[in-house]
Amino acid sequence: MLEAQGKTRGVVKLTAIVVGMFAFGFMLVPLYDIVCEVTGFNGKTAGAYELSGKETVDESRLVTVQFLTNRNANMPWSFRPAIRSVKVIPGELNEANFFVRNETESTMVGKAIPSVTPFKAADFLHKTECFCFESQKLEKGEELNMPLRFIVDREIPKDVDRLTLSYTLYDITSSTQLAVR
Amino acid sequence: MNAVVEEHHDDHHDHGPAKGITRWLYTTNHKDIGTLYLWFSFAMFFVGGICALGIRAELFQPGLQIVQPELFNQLTTMHGLIMVFGAVMPAFVGLANWLVPMMIGAPDMALPRMNNYSFWILPFAFGMLISTFFMEGGAPNYGWTFYAPLSTEYAPPSVTFFIFAVHLMGISSIMGSINVIVTILNMRAPGMTLMQMPLFVWTWLITAYLLIAVMPVLAGVVTMMLMDIHFGTAFFSAAGGGDPVLFQHVFWFFGHPEVYIMILPAFGVVSAIIPTFARKKLFGYDSMVYATASIAFLSFIVWAHHMFTVGIPLAGELYFMYATMVIAVPTGVKVFNWVATMWQGSMTFETPMLFAIAFVILFTIGGFSGLMLSIVPADFQYHDTYFVVAHFHYVLVPGSIFSIMAAVYYWLPKWTGNMYDETLGKTHFWLSFIGVNVTFFPQHFIGLAGMPRRIPDYALQFADWNMISSCGAFLFGFSQLLFLFIILKCIRGGQKATERVWDGAKGLEWTIPSPAPYHTFSTPPKDMAEAHG
Repeated sequence: MLEAQGKTRGVVKLTAIVVGMFAFGFMLVPLYDIVCEVTGFNGKTAGAYELSGKETVDESRLVTVQFLTNRNANMPWSFRPAIRSVKVIPGELNEANFFVRNETESTMVGKAIPSVTPFKAADFLHKTECFCFESQKLEKGEELNMPLRFIVDREIPKDVDRLTLSYTLYDITSSTQLAVR
Repeated sequence: MNAVVEEHHDDHHDHGPAKGITRWLYTTNHKDIGTLYLWFSFAMFFVGGICALGIRAELFQPGLQIVQPELFNQLTTMHGLIMVFGAVMPAFVGLANWLVPMMIGAPDMALPRMNNYSFWILPFAFGMLISTFFMEGGAPNYGWTFYAPLSTEYAPPSVTFFIFAVHLMGISSIMGSINVIVTILNMRAPGMTLMQMPLFVWTWLITAYLLIAVMPVLAGVVTMMLMDIHFGTAFFSAAGGGDPVLFQHVFWFFGHPEVYIMILPAFGVVSAIIPTFARKKLFGYDSMVYATASIAFLSFIVWAHHMFTVGIPLAGELYFMYATMVIAVPTGVKVFNWVATMWQGSMTFETPMLFAIAFVILFTIGGFSGLMLSIVPADFQYHDTYFVVAHFHYVLVPGSIFSIMAAVYYWLPKWTGNMYDETLGKTHFWLSFIGVNVTFFPQHFIGLAGMPRRIPDYALQFADWNMISSCGAFLFGFSQLLFLFIILKCIRGGQKATERVWDGAKGLEWTIPSPAPYHTFSTPPKDMAEAHG
């Protein structure tokens, strides 16, 4: 009888571990996002940045910001930055424009996902306004100038004098209301 | 009521198996289930082997001759999946079923009915997986690691069948592992302490813990894939705010312990065989147990060494590099213990010993190439080349699979009551040994020279070594038919085996008659001096 009790207790405990590990697998998702956000792994940038009004500029140096645009494999839109690169003063608010055009015959929804290299610079590029915070819905042939306002933090490591902000444009039409209709 | 039934049952503990097919369908006997697992894994070994020979036939020469790239990708994927989940893992579960109760002096596994379920899920899982070959769009073609988005956005429609097959395999493994743990912890013969258990039992106990810890994570990751594909979530889709790199992290959190799941029981097998044929006690039993436990622990914290090139910060790369290298320490302890066991022993070289010695040497070679891969700056060169293929085949084929073959030869006389044909066994060993090395050693060279893995065609400078590798693969593949023949011959008859079978064998399984009766240790054994292998 003692043995049977031991078995039941063993099975219950082990099943609990199994359930716990299944949940842990899913917990890795928010955990990963938090780790990426805190450390800037993968060049993930944070959401919209609130200007505190206390930003100071560091006029002793210039940081080059390069803009890259990519279209994901099956995205037929045109997508390019107005300027390829700009030298900015850390702490100063800058504006850059990006141009998109729906080259297809149908209405589509696109969304741009940003990434910054080197990764350690990701935490020091603050976007106060970005088209990447929302998606874009364009009729056939419609074009759009999309603004980006950003600050390079004056705390950015001294050895970073050049960083690349890259956007990849995805076709997300099928996962929006448009697909349902 | 229950007690009465059990009592009644016990009165007839000498009854034999039921007759006909229902014996196998309804069986709850650990020996029957062990046999089912072993035959199932052997069948899958041949199916996975046919996939491998398809791959090697295509790679015999540069250019596209036999299979088109689409089918080639399906063959590499299915070869990996079938060999990992269908051949190696069930073989070890089969060995555990046969041996664990006999080694600890228990009458059966703790949960016999669940044991039956965990086996009979497998044919359905693999039936489903293999049927994808005949579906529109073909079988899974995204590699056994099924990285998103290859396995989500760009996957063939059969991916859903793949996901459910993985779920079933996971459930089977988890049930099997729970059974092994509960058996070992509750049903050891009175007086057998944990540190008196044979090492095969120890390694399986630790493996079972690894399995229940990581198979649910695998189930989680395929569930996320399922939701991405069918329910519009975006776990791994960058467009929806997810991240494909997350897939790799979750997958390898499962995947790295998984590779130890496939090797720890092999350590147990070899630790049983080498002392027998060296006629010495295993050197450093305690250190073997602690080394196994350390390897299992370390396996959880090194996963990102599979992903050095995805873009991990330098600090992360350094951490994962050094943590990976640390695993060489407990592994080295084991290798030195095996060598020390053989040192000045009265060694004889029967087939199981040949396989065990080949295991020690060739697994160590695979371990060393693993150390090379762990060096971050070098890994950028080796990553996704044939060097990686050579590395993991060295630890899996002459590692895990040689240990399974060694185990089969070693315990076959106990299972069947007959000795196998020693001459044929040795022939099988030498053919396999030569075949394995001719197949996989050249892959180190073509990998270092830059040949990527998972491609159906290659640049001309890789042609010579690929041809040699393919010849070795066919030699190794067809030698396994000899293995099948030897086993069948042994089942049908042969020189009768004694109880002890091998004069240096230690362990409770050698105190019962050969073949092992249908029910053993209905009353627990008394003499624990015998137990310690």
